[in-house]
Amino acid sequence: MSEGAANQRIDTVAALRDAAITTLLAFGLFLPLIGFQTVTNIRNELELDTRWPLLFSIVAVVGVARLAYSFLLAPWLERIKQRPVATTTPAWRTSFGKWFVPFCIGFVIVYPVIIIAATGYGGALKWVDNFGIQILIYVMLGWGLNIVVGLAGLLDLGYVAFYAVGAYAYALLAKEFGFSFWILLPLAGVMSSFWGILLGFPVLRLRGDYLAIVTLAFGEIIRIVLVNWVDVTNGYAGISGIPRPSFFGIPFNANDDGFAATFGLEFSPIYRTIFLYYLILALAFLTAFVTVRLRRLPVGRAWEALREDEIACRSLGINTTHTKLTAFGMGAMFAGFAGSFFAARQGFISPESFTFLESATILAIVVLGGMGSQIGVAIAAIAMIGGTEIMRELEFLKAIFGESFDPTQYRMLLFGFAMVIIMVLRPRGLISHRAPSVFLKEPKPVPVDLVKQGHG
Amino acid sequence: MEVFLQQLINGITLGSIYGLIAIGYTMVFGIIGMVNFAHGDVFMVAAFVALVAFLILTTWLGVSSIAVALFVVLIVAMLFTSLVNWIIERLAYRPLRGSFRLAPLISAIGMSIFLSNFVQVSQGPRNKAIPPMVQGEFVLLTHNDYAVTLSFKQLIIWGVTAVLLVCFWYLVARTRLGRAQRACEQDQRMAALVGVNVDQTISLTFVIAAALAAVAGTMYLMYYGVVSFSDGFVPGVKAFTAAVLGGIGSLPGAVIGGLLIGLIETMWSAYFSIDYKDVAAFSVLAITLIFLPQGLFGRPDVEKV
Repeated sequence: MSEGAANQRIDTVAALRDAAITTLLAFGLFLPLIGFQTVTNIRNELELDTRWPLLFSIVAVVGVARLAYSFLLAPWLERIKQRPVATTTPAWRTSFGKWFVPFCIGFVIVYPVIIIAATGYGGALKWVDNFGIQILIYVMLGWGLNIVVGLAGLLDLGYVAFYAVGAYAYALLAKEFGFSFWILLPLAGVMSSFWGILLGFPVLRLRGDYLAIVTLAFGEIIRIVLVNWVDVTNGYAGISGIPRPSFFGIPFNANDDGFAATFGLEFSPIYRTIFLYYLILALAFLTAFVTVRLRRLPVGRAWEALREDEIACRSLGINTTHTKLTAFGMGAMFAGFAGSFFAARQGFISPESFTFLESATILAIVVLGGMGSQIGVAIAAIAMIGGTEIMRELEFLKAIFGESFDPTQYRMLLFGFAMVIIMVLRPRGLISHRAPSVFLKEPKPVPVDLVKQGHG
Repeated sequence: MEVFLQQLINGITLGSIYGLIAIGYTMVFGIIGMVNFAHGDVFMVAAFVALVAFLILTTWLGVSSIAVALFVVLIVAMLFTSLVNWIIERLAYRPLRGSFRLAPLISAIGMSIFLSNFVQVSQGPRNKAIPPMVQGEFVLLTHNDYAVTLSFKQLIIWGVTAVLLVCFWYLVARTRLGRAQRACEQDQRMAALVGVNVDQTISLTFVIAAALAAVAGTMYLMYYGVVSFSDGFVPGVKAFTAAVLGGIGSLPGAVIGGLLIGLIETMWSAYFSIDYKDVAAFSVLAITLIFLPQGLFGRPDVEKV
């Protein structure tokens, strides 16, 4: 008992020392960029302002957080570690697992109805558009990239290039030739897929980080071409006035032959939004369905074998060239679908939408969700994109930090921070178990720790 | 000919900056096998620290001697950036050692996004321009009204880079720390068994990488006189290209790769198209990795089962 008390006291001293060091480091870290601010004055010269109160409050918060960690969090984590690990899954978890996915599917199908019932037609627009469609686009992109990264183990940092190809294919062909959305959707997918295979060829020999960097280079090259090839893409100004999709030939407008008039409804922009919502939902489900089915086909098994060990794969007679190219092509095709949907939804596209940051966002979603796990990717997309969208809504923060406080500024800051934190705490992603596609007698979930990744 | 000579001078200047950043990539890759994606943003942070330090010195303390100011700015930027990179390594990369191979890369991408947005939020999104620090130039030769010049700031960059490279070479080749680094590069477990403090060595590698990036950042600020929060990404990728071109893991390779990339970029801008100058660097990156993955001076990567 006395020994325990002694330990406790030493802990206190150590914790105080740690907190002091952390505070000092934080002070040094934040002094130049938080303590001072460079501002341009009226004569267009740079001047320095000081922000001592802000600096000291941030440093104090860091110090207190470190103390809280030593006194509260660390002992708690220790207790959790000592608790015996349950060997059998409790009954509620298995039934939860069984019902979770059907429940989610049901929920997203009735989501617009719930929102309209809750907020009425006017308020629903924002919720269906920003939270529904926006998140679903990223869910779809995440599932598409999941084929390349999660299943085939090929780290692709230039995925947004194929998204851009799809978007520009739709925008240019729809504007020049007046083709409808339903013709161009598969066409955009084919084009993106073609580009995926084309860019896949040269990188067949590369693996891991090198592959990531080369795909990044390709993605940037495509973006730079989009910026500079002004005759075709209109450069930074982008393409506007892209035809919007119609309800199987019936346009969403206020005219007599429009959607609302045809079905005897009062005109409202919400119909188009709801239509787009179900459209992207269907596309996302298509991606998920195709992925799930492909995993059971020889090509899907070859992808997963490739992810585990390329050399073993080759010695078993799997054609790694075909395997890699199909993964690139398939992943790019879904990006193309998503891209043409994006162009149709926005009505305006510019190279700004296809920067490296987008690729990193999509990759983050796949990785944070637990590579290869469909439901994990969906949850990660909801958390990351929904989270950043919610930042826009947090008006009450203005009351705390003053009127000039704009929460949206901090979106990407928190996004990057979250990527690092989740990597450090859960490097295997949120859902770190995967269902095997082949099993003997009964399926056992495979802990991802047993799985090598990124060597393909 | 005159244009070529001028571009050669400009290219070597730019290449020196890339080379200094590239050393950071190549050292970190050599020792822990990770592409430190955030290194370009560390460089950008260094440029901002240099900016703040320069403004404090000139507008508040009234230091009128540019040489003194530049020297102090360089030291401050090196110290602070080292601290930043040391903390980044502790928080974002060290816990991931021994995790799967892509984990540190993804963490580094997150850190890169965090750093550039941190600077954007704390210092504002606008370009920060300062009046030229160093003016004046040597006219090397004139021909048909076209003067080939070597400005003082270019000369400073050449000089500082050369001095630093010599110090750095001495550090790696002749000191205890350098030996420990090379040992960790070959086999971390074995190095630990013979008494090398692996964690400390890796930390110090990040510190040295950051210090060199800080020099590059200060030089960048002095040369262009303008810096913005998004200036880390493209120079970072180009410096990485330089490291790959020279053979990742090889220190002389990084410097020579940097000079080559600088030259390729300026020549491309002068003779082909300035709009597509980034495409030149990115294409070099792709072509090198595809056809010459071991680079000019690197060891070929032997694949073991």
